[in-house]
Amino acid sequence: MMIHLAAEEAQNPLLPAWPEIVIGLLALGIIYLVFHKKLLPAVNKALEERRAAIEGGMEKAEAAQAEARQTLEEYRERLAEARHEAARLREEAREQGATLIAEMRDEGRRQREEIIAAGHAQIEAERRQTAETLRQDIGRLATELAGRLVGESLEDHARQSRVIDRFLEELEGRAEAAEAAR
Amino acid sequence: MKSDELLAFETDCHLFGDCGYPAPSLWSFEFEPIFTLGPVEFTKPMLLALLSIAVVIGFFWAAFAKPKVVPGKLQMVAEVLYDFVRRGIAREVIGKQGEKYVPLLVSLFFLVWAFNMWAIIPVAQIPVSSIIGFPVALTLVVWVTYMTITFRAHGFAGGMRNLCVPGGLPKGIYVILTPLELLSNVFVRPFTLAVRLFANMFAGHVLILVFLIGAWYMAGPHIGALFSVTSLVMTLLITAFEIFIQALQAYVFTVLTATYISGALEEAH
Repeated sequence: MMIHLAAEEAQNPLLPAWPEIVIGLLALGIIYLVFHKKLLPAVNKALEERRAAIEGGMEKAEAAQAEARQTLEEYRERLAEARHEAARLREEAREQGATLIAEMRDEGRRQREEIIAAGHAQIEAERRQTAETLRQDIGRLATELAGRLVGESLEDHARQSRVIDRFLEELEGRAEAAEAAR
Repeated sequence: MKSDELLAFETDCHLFGDCGYPAPSLWSFEFEPIFTLGPVEFTKPMLLALLSIAVVIGFFWAAFAKPKVVPGKLQMVAEVLYDFVRRGIAREVIGKQGEKYVPLLVSLFFLVWAFNMWAIIPVAQIPVSSIIGFPVALTLVVWVTYMTITFRAHGFAGGMRNLCVPGGLPKGIYVILTPLELLSNVFVRPFTLAVRLFANMFAGHVLILVFLIGAWYMAGPHIGALFSVTSLVMTLLITAFEIFIQALQAYVFTVLTATYISGALEEAH
């Protein structure tokens, strides 16, 4: 066998053979070149990009958060504003209502007074008319009475008083008749 | 190839046979050349070494050639591995300046790992780094890098100081320490770096062979079958252990390289 043919040489596992060294150097050299020139720069670039992307993502997230916070604040502000506005409107409405009620009350009072005044005026007119009628009646009656008195003797005191009494009775009788007729 | 050549031991020996246990030997690490080119015998470990280039580049090319910002599964796995070397070794050991040496460290780590991994790949079944020439080649590169950085960073005098004179010790000590330090940094360090990797993978391979040959040797319709099965189970356990050692040795090799670079960059005391 081949391995036994080689046995004549002294064996020393610590003595390197130069072709092995050459191949070892070649292997390391090639691998080093490929790593140094091509693969590691490429992957380092990718790693750097990833780092940047992650940081970019974080920045984006932060920006989004800030925006959300701002939106929330705006929303709260608007809500507060809306509440304020609502309160103001309510207040205004109440004031308006109060004014309206007061106005209506004034109007009512005014109308009532007008009505009352009209009533008074009518009563006054009727009273005047009645008084006029009464005066005319009294004049006529007085004239009638005077005619009667003049027709009878004015000297006769007794008769005179009788006439007057009679007249008054007649008057009462008329008043009663009028009363009864009513 | 015939099976006994592939397995590199006498397959005919069995328990209770004529011959004894065919223990693994240095022959387990010598292969018939696949072809001969002048004085160069092209052997299986060389082929595997070349295949390692294809494996490492193939894997990382597939993962990193068109890297996505949102990675796929392959890219994610490769990124974890890359990050392990970049952050776990370069950044950790050397610091900020380590970024410059990441390509070298990444190449070393994955090449050594691939070299080691052949130990458990069916049909291959020999760690490339158990052949001393390959660790020596890698160590040469590390040594040249180490020396270059030392002298480039500090000039000749400063570089020598860095290599010879560790700081913060009483003056008398330096008389002994300076030659020792020089010896340690310039000769012992690269030697041990290469031999550590070589010896670990060498021993691992021998260990697997011992139990695997034992399983084969003791197999048969007799009491040996019991030992055979035990030996086979041990083979599996050792194999699993080797998977761990392969990665560990690649890590150790790379970390030590990083440590040397870090030492070279340090200010002289």
